[in-house]
Amino acid sequence: MTDTTITPKRTGRIAGIPFLGEAILIALVLAAYFLFPYNLAFLTRILIMVLLVLSLDLVLGFAGIATLGQAAMYGTGAYAAGLFAVHVTGAPLPGLVVGALAGAVLAFISGLVLMRARGLTLIMLTIAVASICHEIANKARDVTGGADGLRGIRMEPVLGLFEFDFIGKTAYWYVFVVVFVVFLLLKRLANAPLGLSLKGLHESPERMAAIGAPVYRRLVLAYTLGGGIAGVAGALAAQVTQLVSLEVYSFNLSAEALIMLILGGTGRLYGAIIGTVIFMTVHHVAAAADPFNWLFLIGLMVLGVVFFLPKGLAHLPTALTRLVRGRT
Amino acid sequence: MSGLKVRGLEKSFGGLTVAQDIHLDLPPGSRTALIGPNGAGKTTFSNLITGILTPGAGEITLDGQDLRALNESQRVKAGVAKTFQITTLFRDLTVRQNLRLAQQERDGRGRAWFRRADSWAEAEDEIDAQLAAFRLKDMSDKRVDDLAYGQQRLVEMAMTLMLKPRVLILDEPAAGVPSSDSHLITDAIEALPEDLAVLIIEHDMKLVFRVARSIIVLVNGAILTQGTPDDIAANQQVRDLYLGGRHHG
Repeated sequence: MTDTTITPKRTGRIAGIPFLGEAILIALVLAAYFLFPYNLAFLTRILIMVLLVLSLDLVLGFAGIATLGQAAMYGTGAYAAGLFAVHVTGAPLPGLVVGALAGAVLAFISGLVLMRARGLTLIMLTIAVASICHEIANKARDVTGGADGLRGIRMEPVLGLFEFDFIGKTAYWYVFVVVFVVFLLLKRLANAPLGLSLKGLHESPERMAAIGAPVYRRLVLAYTLGGGIAGVAGALAAQVTQLVSLEVYSFNLSAEALIMLILGGTGRLYGAIIGTVIFMTVHHVAAAADPFNWLFLIGLMVLGVVFFLPKGLAHLPTALTRLVRGRT
Repeated sequence: MSGLKVRGLEKSFGGLTVAQDIHLDLPPGSRTALIGPNGAGKTTFSNLITGILTPGAGEITLDGQDLRALNESQRVKAGVAKTFQITTLFRDLTVRQNLRLAQQERDGRGRAWFRRADSWAEAEDEIDAQLAAFRLKDMSDKRVDDLAYGQQRLVEMAMTLMLKPRVLILDEPAAGVPSSDSHLITDAIEALPEDLAVLIIEHDMKLVFRVARSIIVLVNGAILTQGTPDDIAANQQVRDLYLGGRHHG
């Protein structure tokens, strides 16, 4: 009994300073607001995408559930929130709850089947779920508007106070606050027993079973949580653009979200943010400069990251310090 | 308190019988070794007890509770824990996190999501004590992947013991451990709690004869003979089996 004082290492802190990461995030969001006042719609889209990629990070990065169908929950959240706004009320916050529930319910029901599969089978099944949703939305024209999209969404002011304006100022801050709150909650989760047990599932399901964890039920829980968050992202998209099209279920969306996550680094929340911001910015700039070959640049970037920074861009500072200090 | 009882356990894969009428008693405090040539069905037996495989016939009870209806993780909760033949750990997590994971599942808070995982003070003290007992304290914040194999085996044992099992199955605890480190394993087995029932599946005869108080010899899924280490050492059949002699009948 010599050293009883143990200072627990606070993971998730940058350079040991509490809330430095959060402060930087807020500063960046503020800076972007003033630097690009005419691009707020694009910035809002980035924020929504960050939320979708965060949900994917929870499912794939933490719990290790291989999926290419996160759009299923995103799209369902979008349609649910859109229909809710059309038929019930245009108040944004109840719409978010509806979107979250819709995403979570779909993830739970499909998860009951999906979480029994692994690897390639699982990936194919997740794609299938998104395709089925796409087809249902396409056929149910009377409800969803089919290929024409769901129109007639009229949003009321947020909390009855902040009217959605033409330039998108309200939308920007509204989306940011929602994404930021979810981010903070996820950060709690990542450092809590649940976060640790999800990492355990990722590392070794056999060992998790051998220490008495209900593996299947824990996986369904993770998938459902991720589905709820993806549902919120979809709901935000529906409310802000006031339109839901079949594109919300597209395979492209799931795949791009995955690329953004890999770019930033799986299994770390800041990775999801960094990857999304960089991917979407490069996409935006490169597509404007060269509408035909912009994908080449994205491909090059992904290749570079996969080869030189397999843990993602969020790992860059660590990798650089290691390079400077010499290999350990 | 009767410990683990196995009665008439049978298992076959198609025409291949891998467990045949196995009877076994493992009262608290027992140190029983299960030995036998490759393919004798030792690991199969362990899998039948822990619920990875379902037996074709027979009874498995722990302190009178029927285990057959329970799945793998429920049996762990009931008190049957095992270490794997090939170390199975959370390789990217630290030693401390590995132990913490086992502990939080034992205490039923694996789904808590708001409090930090390391904020249960008593639980952390328990982990410290366990790390000290296995002489792993210096490497508690290292990734498991960065440890030597012998140390990884110790981590696995320390982690499994965090579950506070009644019955512990060690599947080849010394396999793959360099002989210079094998005393670590033997020491750890000898330091196990006295009231724990331990079943050791092992090839290393030196280790078996040092720690076991009774030995069961398994051949082709059936018990060939069982007895004290002295009985087994003197048994002609077993000697033939292990020294490559021709066996009769």
